[in-house]
Amino acid sequence: MNNIAAIFKKEFRSYFNSPIAYIFITFFLALSAWFFFRGFFLVGQAVMRGFFSWVPWIFLLFIPAVTMKLWAEEKKIGTVEILMTLPIKDYEVVIGKYLASFSLLGVTILLSLSIPITVAYLGEPDGGPILGGYIGLFLMGAAYLSIGMFTSTITENQIIAFILGIVMCFALLIIGEDIVLFNAPNWIVPIFSYLGLGAHFSSILRGVIDSRDLIYYFSVIGFFLYLSILMVTVQKWR
Amino acid sequence: MIEVINLTKRYGPTVAVDNVSFDAKAGEVLGFLGPNGAGKTTTMRILTCYLSADEGTAKVAGYDVFEESIEVRKRIGYLPESAPLYTDMGVIDYLKFIAQIRDIPKSQRSQRIKDVVDICGLEKMIQKDVGELSKGYRQRLGLAQSLIHDPPILVLDEPTSGLDPNQIIEIRNLIREIGKEKMIIFSTHILPEVSATCSRILIINDGQIVANGTPDELAGRAQGEEVVHISIRGPRAEIEAKLEELTLISDFKRVKSDDGVCGYQIMSQKGKNTAEELFHFVVQNHWSLTELRQEAISLEDVFRQLTGNESATQLTTP
Repeated sequence: MNNIAAIFKKEFRSYFNSPIAYIFITFFLALSAWFFFRGFFLVGQAVMRGFFSWVPWIFLLFIPAVTMKLWAEEKKIGTVEILMTLPIKDYEVVIGKYLASFSLLGVTILLSLSIPITVAYLGEPDGGPILGGYIGLFLMGAAYLSIGMFTSTITENQIIAFILGIVMCFALLIIGEDIVLFNAPNWIVPIFSYLGLGAHFSSILRGVIDSRDLIYYFSVIGFFLYLSILMVTVQKWR
Repeated sequence: MIEVINLTKRYGPTVAVDNVSFDAKAGEVLGFLGPNGAGKTTTMRILTCYLSADEGTAKVAGYDVFEESIEVRKRIGYLPESAPLYTDMGVIDYLKFIAQIRDIPKSQRSQRIKDVVDICGLEKMIQKDVGELSKGYRQRLGLAQSLIHDPPILVLDEPTSGLDPNQIIEIRNLIREIGKEKMIIFSTHILPEVSATCSRILIINDGQIVANGTPDELAGRAQGEEVVHISIRGPRAEIEAKLEELTLISDFKRVKSDDGVCGYQIMSQKGKNTAEELFHFVVQNHWSLTELRQEAISLEDVFRQLTGNESATQLTTP
């Protein structure tokens, strides 16, 4: 626990010691607010559907940017050699780093609460979908983060980690879309539609928190965290 | 304290460490010597649990590096080559971070940090970011992080590479000072460094240990041969023809030739009074002697012979 806390503190501070955290927060808030308010007054309804439908796409670009340095940078400059020879278990490092990136995401998402506050001030929104939407954002962001961290463990090049992260998140996001399912062989359709991240997100958006969706998100997160730990361990056996 | 038995590590077809065995006791300063790419770093990485080996076992302080890796890591302080540090952290933050993972109780942390800052001469740098430090100070900070938990064993990979001569001497003194209390393994390819600091030397070449002993023992190994430098004023062709005929010497090599003075490096068997004989040889031929000096056989010669680079082959072929 102590080790996870040490890694967490170091990584979280390192986000704020460099411009990454500020750029991430500023651009996320600016982009999401713009996409939201662009349609908000035209529709004239106190709903946040526009916001929640845009955020998955914004996350797609921003989250791999947050996670790309987690391992790739350590390997590039060699600090991983000191880190992994400290008396610390591989999974503690992975979890510590993951929690740090999750906290940065958490701070960002909480700062975007200015949008629902505005909506509540201007009208009388239905709280259910908004609360569901926010829970969905956390879950989806957490899933993207675990994928992004995994792609960072497999390379020492941050750009490669970034692009692979986008590609993998994108694949998971669209895999359940109708256009993909339409062209896929029949036997694979139920698998794809279950694996598709977008479908699970839209069911949470309706304000329904289904245990199947929760299990889905936690499985994705657990799977990629496990793969990350595996990669970190395997690299000792090069 | 360290026991390595038949360690082998391969990277694909290349064998980086080939069946290496050695041991080291408490209180020793062990120098790993070898040309670049000889397997020094790989051996150290295995001992510090950063890499696994393909075959063999290694024990540090009685713990197996593969089975009880965490226990081993607790007892080792490690400074990798070129001191990789987090450049976006403050010097103090960095040491605090290491101290926390090293499980130093909170109440003692600031005292320990102060201690290592003192030992490594970092007092003036504690307000700075790691990224602002010069190479020499980064090396010191790397050393400070390896010392923070007061480990019984220190592993330092080329601690003096890339430093200026003054910094090299400072780091060397530091190693000697710390070596009084701890066991240290350090690698280098700079020869005077080991004679200056080590109590024992391991010479590694192509992944194998080719020599293991105290600096004096190793220097003694090359004592079968003697090298004499001589400069003679006289006709070059004639001198060389006569030198060829001389049975006393096993080989000679011209090292300079100008203004009618020829300088030679002469190899011969030990204990034959080569210098004296050469003096008579010059007098008999009515040339004049401008220089005659016997070269002390150094570690350098042993190193060159054992690691077999080009100049060593020239030296030893008759």
